[in-house]
Formats: sequence, C-alpha cells, structure tokens
Amino acid sequence: MSAVLATPVSRVDRAWAALQTVLDPEVPALSICDLGIVREVIDHGDHVEVQLTPTYSGCPATEVIEQSAIAALQSAEVQPVRVTLRRSPAWTTDWISAEGRRKLRDYGIAPPGQHAADGSAPIRFVGRPAEHRPPCPRCHSPHTERLAAFGSTACKALYRCTACREPFEYFKPI
Amino acid sequence: MSASITLGDEPALHYLLRIADTCLILAQRTAEWSGRAPVLEEDIALSNLGLDLIGQARALLSHAAKLEGAGHDEDQLAFLRDERDYRNVTLVELPRGDFACTVLRNTIMSSFLKLLWSALRNSSDAEVAAIAAKALKEAAYHQRHAADWLVRLVDSTDESRRRVEAALQQLWRYTGELFDADAIDDAAHAAGLGPRWSELQGAWQAEMQTIFDEATLKLPPPATYRSTGKRGVHSEHMGYLLAEMQQLQRAFPGGVW
Repeated sequence: MSAVLATPVSRVDRAWAALQTVLDPEVPALSICDLGIVREVIDHGDHVEVQLTPTYSGCPATEVIEQSAIAALQSAEVQPVRVTLRRSPAWTTDWISAEGRRKLRDYGIAPPGQHAADGSAPIRFVGRPAEHRPPCPRCHSPHTERLAAFGSTACKALYRCTACREPFEYFKPI
Repeated sequence: MSASITLGDEPALHYLLRIADTCLILAQRTAEWSGRAPVLEEDIALSNLGLDLIGQARALLSHAAKLEGAGHDEDQLAFLRDERDYRNVTLVELPRGDFACTVLRNTIMSSFLKLLWSALRNSSDAEVAAIAAKALKEAAYHQRHAADWLVRLVDSTDESRRRVEAALQQLWRYTGELFDADAIDDAAHAAGLGPRWSELQGAWQAEMQTIFDEATLKLPPPATYRSTGKRGVHSEHMGYLLAEMQQLQRAFPGGVW
C-alpha cells in the first residue's frame, strides 16, 4: 500500500482500481471491469466521469451497479463522480476479459463462446447436434446438453454435463 | 398532479411510441405467465423475455420523453397515459390465451421486432440506433426460442397441434396492422428516423415461411383486416390491461420503488 502511495497516482488510475473491486451483483465472481461494462474513465478536471455500457436492455442490476460504482469511487476519494450510460457500441460478451473468463469457470459458470453475428441473419433451424455446446466447467467434458434457453438471470442459459451429470450455467454469447 | 398526461402530436414521438408501447404491452402480457407457465423452464424464459421487452420499452420511452420536451419521464409515459394515447399494435394487447397462443404471438412479434430493430440500427437518431443494436440481439434470441416451441407444439400431439391452429385462426388477422402504412411512417422514413413498417413485410413473410415450413404448418395468406391499435383505437381488452398495469401509479401518484 505504501509503495502505491509513494508514487503519485492519477485520479483515473485510482478510479480504475476502485472499480476493480465492484462486483456484478448477479455474478459476484466478476468485477464490472472483468465484465467489460466499464468503457471509459475520464477526468474532466471538476469531476470524473465513468461510462458504463449495460449488458441487457432489461438487466435489473444496472442501477445497483451504478450505485456500487459511485460508492466505491467515493470511498477511494475519487469525487465528485458522474456515471453515464453509454449504449453504443452495444455490449458483447467478447468484452469479458481472459481473467473474467477464468473467474467464471472457477465459479462454475461456463464462459461464453465466440459471439454469434449481430442477430440480423434470417432464422435457420439446425439439428441439436450442430448447436454449440460449452464444455463442462467442472469436469471439462465436451459432452453437455442444454436444459433451458433462459437461466436464473438474463445473461445465462442452463446446461447439464452428460459425463459428470452436474447441471451448470452457461454465459450466453451475445 | 393531474391524473393523466397528454401527448404532443409530433410524428417522430408517435413513431417511437408505437415501438415502445408495442414492447411494453407485450411485456405486460408475457409477464402474466410468471408463476403460471406449464413448466418451470418456460416460466423463467417468459419472465426473462418480458424483462428484455420492458428494458427496450423503457429505453425508448426515456428517449421519447426527451424528444417530447414536456418534462415527462419514462414512468409517466408508461403509466399515466389514457388508453387512446397508447400506440401499440392491437395484436399485443389481446389476452394471453393458452400457451400455444403465447408461443405463436411471440413468434410473430419477435420475428417482426427483429427486422424492425435491424433496420433501426441505421436510424438518423443516434440514441435510437444504439437502443436498436442492443435490442436486435435480444429479439433474435426471443425469435429462436419462440419458433423452436412453435415447431415442437405442432410436431407433438394432436391436441397441441389443434391449439396452435386455433391460435392461428384467432391471431393471424391482426398481423395486417403491422404493415399498414400511414403519415407517421412516411415522416419517419423521410427524416431517416426509421423504416416504414410496410417495408418489412416481405422479409417478415419469408421468416414466417421458414418457421411454418419447419413446423409443417400452412402459412395463411396476408391478412386483409386492419386493426388500429397503433393509431390509438384499441380492442376492448386494452382498458382492462391498463387498469392492472397502471393501478399502482394511479393509486399512489409519483410513487417510486
């Protein structure tokens, strides 16, 4: 700690460090930085602006995340702060960091695969075997099947490993 | 505080309200399944789906409120308008019916909304384009899910097939309104705000054909009946829906969580 204090650290760096400690309330293994929803921290001189990009349009955690970010910044004495919502470009699971993916796996959630196209492609029916199957986050077996397209939160789907028989959640690629 | 708010008549505002209200009212109907769906996974799926729709509606209503510039916020727009000031298509306000009805309506609407959001990504309004880019991904996932169920229901038992066919009888004629053009559409098109909805009909028809072929259902000819929800003239079901949806804000004006 003293080493950190010995060198002058910019407000922006201190803000990033504080935001690293803010966990996603719905996947508390990940920080909002791991998730890639903190897009930019800008020092405007009279205040610091933090730009957040929402994950899902109706994600009920958005307000909580905003409040926790402000609280963390204030306790790190980065203030005054202003949190703004940045919608464009739209959040994609590709922004989840390598570290974030490792944390997800350790937490028992299969990290998202490569995200599909933007969704504008015409609908196409493929057989179940052709669908992407995430490997089991526990035993790493590739033999898994989807139980439900929607899970406990908007960002996840429910799967089951047919090798170790454990159910697990999969972070949907979008 | 007055009981209801009234709206200005700028075409851009009404164009956005048509989309926002269609999402909002479909979300309200979808949410009626919470705790009642035939299986737990669907209960969760429909609640999630409703949540996405509410999020989309909220983003658009906030933006519409800014454009309107009358000092309203998204909650006032969502909860304090009178029936005639809601601009959703009639199809989404119809009672939720049975599960087949819900699956068919979600297939119809998610296919339509996917195409609409896709076109809106090119909106001259940067905020609308940003909302659309996000919503498109969600609508595509909703369509996939609803269409999978439609195929499964038709493919399953005589009873489930019969129910889908009954739902089709009941709902198909309301699809004509989706593509009914008017001055609001023309203004949005001219301003680059968004497409005329009628431009989406060909692509929507093709998507429905793909889904119906997979389900071995015969696609009915384009509907000729024109319902009028998006002009504010609703079915008899809308008043009951609003009574339930608005009850808290009417009883406790300005109440917040």
